Amino acid sequence: MRNPLADKVVDIKPSGIRKFFDIVSEMQDAISLGVGEPDFDTPWHIRDEGIYSLEKGRTFYTSNAGLKDLRQEICNTIQRKQGVTYDWQHEVLVTVGGSEAIDIGLRAMCNPGDEVLIPQPSYVSYEPCAVLAGATPVIIDLKAENEFRLTAEELEAAITDKTKVLILPFPNNPTGAIMEKSDLEAIAKVIEEHDIFVMSDEIYSELTYKEKHVSIVSLPGMKERTIYINGFSKAYAMTGWRLGYCCGPAAIIQQMTKIHQFAIMCAPTTSQYAAVEALKNGDPDIEEMRTAYNQRRRFLMNAFREMGLECFEPYGAFYVFPCIKEFGMTSEEFATRFLEEEKVAAVPGTAFGDSGEGYLRISYAYSLEKLKIAIGRLGHFVEKLRAEQNNK
Amino acid sequence: MREELLAIIEKNSRIDLKELAVILGVEEIDVVNEIAALEAEGVICGYHTLINWEKTDIEKVSALIEVRVTPQRGQGFDSIAERIYKYPEVRSVYLMSGAYDLMVILEGKTLREVSNFVSDKLSTLDSVLSTATHFILKKYKDHGTAFAVKKEDEREMITP
Repeated sequence: MRNPLADKVVDIKPSGIRKFFDIVSEMQDAISLGVGEPDFDTPWHIRDEGIYSLEKGRTFYTSNAGLKDLRQEICNTIQRKQGVTYDWQHEVLVTVGGSEAIDIGLRAMCNPGDEVLIPQPSYVSYEPCAVLAGATPVIIDLKAENEFRLTAEELEAAITDKTKVLILPFPNNPTGAIMEKSDLEAIAKVIEEHDIFVMSDEIYSELTYKEKHVSIVSLPGMKERTIYINGFSKAYAMTGWRLGYCCGPAAIIQQMTKIHQFAIMCAPTTSQYAAVEALKNGDPDIEEMRTAYNQRRRFLMNAFREMGLECFEPYGAFYVFPCIKEFGMTSEEFATRFLEEEKVAAVPGTAFGDSGEGYLRISYAYSLEKLKIAIGRLGHFVEKLRAEQNNK
Repeated sequence: MREELLAIIEKNSRIDLKELAVILGVEEIDVVNEIAALEAEGVICGYHTLINWEKTDIEKVSALIEVRVTPQRGQGFDSIAERIYKYPEVRSVYLMSGAYDLMVILEGKTLREVSNFVSDKLSTLDSVLSTATHFILKKYKDHGTAFAVKKEDEREMITP
């Protein structure tokens, strides 16, 4: 029999997270710091709207681009939060999570041989999606000394005449890094100069703990060359609803809608009805969750200081990214021993790119009570490792 | 800091001061001073424990009583409310808008104890015009806390 598989797909490395997931799932009583989704339930008024839509029998397809009400609310929300105006009819597409927008956005924009710039450490899907779109991923290694922000110099150095799209993943998973307005202004110049496009994944935009999040689309000249991606998973604790959206120039959105129409038809209808309620009345829920995340973030930063573990202060998402280089192990060795000896699962930084080597992603999408137990074990582990080093 | 501090200790009054300072991002001494001020101002009125008595062997009966009263010249409802709330078996007294005036929440050991209180003490007060007693059959949620069994974390252990 012939090989049924496509080389392009087979050649993609399985996610580094998957490997770790398999080890963890075999362990009985492990506790986890490894999730990339909120611990809160979707606020009840949003769930209620989903249930109501089912009761009313709204179980049909919606238009390909998404419910009119939802697209209009998306535009209102971006207007309110970023002061940017989008046309709901031509510049908005409702997708199955932000992930779908990443996939079809790259497919809509890339020709074979085009280069896609991917700052890492970052979310696991950019690189494979770029490959599947026929493009060539080009990695930009972000640095701890810049608090894992993307600098204009780093961007400039990575651009060639084949560069088509820059992926901008901030607030960042796994580092918790943010890009402030001045950081964005610096890279915007380079972007415009070299006439490249931006795919800005702002799924964690509501979870920042310094100034309010600033989107690159709010800078002059950037809206015209940017696909803005956001969604409901993180802001409203709606991961399982699988709902995201993107906004961008009509020409790009039109082509993305074409792929979406053939591959997906439309995003889940129930989720779309619930999402309208989320955008209309969900701001207090976001505020409540952000306050809780921020308390946990402070708790973790303080705990790291107390155990002498190096960690830059992250101001976004719900991750901290402590440095474990002092122990002379790889991230994977550290994470594996931490799991085996202390029964705590945390994700090695390398799962998010080679530049994550020497770091550990710790999620604080857990209650303070759970974090306390897990961090107590981390403290114990760190002391043990230091004692081992001293005995050598 | 004040609002966030109150929100935290309203849910967990046993949190230690050092931890409170850490998660609020302030110094411990500031937390101590703020709590002292809140107590002095009467904003913090107590540190109670939320108990689901149904889980114990101890029998308790609670009732909501709607009370219609004649307000008194110069004092409105305050003096009659005070007469009522001084009884130790009265847990709460609220002045209400709508069809009745005072909502009295009562706790007793037995049904008889509660009904005796209503018939002997409450309804015999001069300014009380009428009462309607509703016994509480089951508490599902109290002070923002659902009494049902705690939910397990059903998320996957590791997700990207």
